Amino acid sequence: MIDLDDTDRALLRALAADATQSAGGLGRKLGLSQPAAWRRIRRLEEAGILAGCRVVVDRQALGFGVTVFLGIKLATKGRVSLEDFERAVMAIPEVQIVQHVLGLFDYRLRVVARDIGDFERILRRRIMTLPGVGQVEANVLLTEERRPGPI
Amino acid sequence: MLDDTDRRLLRHLLADPAQPNAVLAERVGVAPATAWRRVERLTEQGIIRAQEAVIDWRALGYGVEVSLRFTLDKTVPRAFEDFIEAARRVPEVLAIETFLGRVDLRLNVIARDMTHWQEIYRTRILTLPHIADIEALMLISTLKDAEALPV
Repeated sequence: MIDLDDTDRALLRALAADATQSAGGLGRKLGLSQPAAWRRIRRLEEAGILAGCRVVVDRQALGFGVTVFLGIKLATKGRVSLEDFERAVMAIPEVQIVQHVLGLFDYRLRVVARDIGDFERILRRRIMTLPGVGQVEANVLLTEERRPGPI
Repeated sequence: MLDDTDRRLLRHLLADPAQPNAVLAERVGVAPATAWRRVERLTEQGIIRAQEAVIDWRALGYGVEVSLRFTLDKTVPRAFEDFIEAARRVPEVLAIETFLGRVDLRLNVIARDMTHWQEIYRTRILTLPHIADIEALMLISTLKDAEALPV
């Protein structure tokens, strides 16, 4: 693991807010030359700390008015392999996030749908028919806020 | 309003956010200047809210990630506001989400290891206001995390 100084932290915070900023622009803000800023960004990428980019869209404006988090418990652990369930769930286009978790549920999913009717269709036709699926709990997302984290 | 080119562009951009503009333009079948202009316009319209760098917290030494699900004491009028305000002051909280369902609120929390987790949980989480119940899901692995939408 590499050591970060305050300038690295400032770079991470700036890029996590807006990844489209150039090394030159970031450098000017942080009092670095363009090559120095570029070298630091390269180093953070090589260390795997900067791990790509995410485009955040207004899902509502694109016609996806409903986001639901599902907790799923497998009914027949052991008989149906986890791989079968995972392969099938990851192939559903409306499922954006699949996480294997430990606790009350086995998997946690984020599902996007056009409206509640569309969600019901996805739930009945795609989710409830997954191999090995047992108890399902749904919570409809109202608000979400991302925090900068401990940097 | 979005036309077919906008939708195609969003589909490709969401599927692979890190691709250079020239590659994106070629995949969508437009000139690079057109692709760039359209991304600009979608950003101005607020359809694209942000392009953010993804930070890999594991690479920074945060090996533990927990999804904490809360039900709050709703007899308190400002339960949500108080709780969210206090949760924002915990640096290890990466996301705050509110729900309609059995769960009122979810925090995504990271820690360096189990000792660090225990410390955060006892001193920063259990002291948050108006908690009626907590459930924890410990992340084993993230199998899919995509912003892709079937647009």
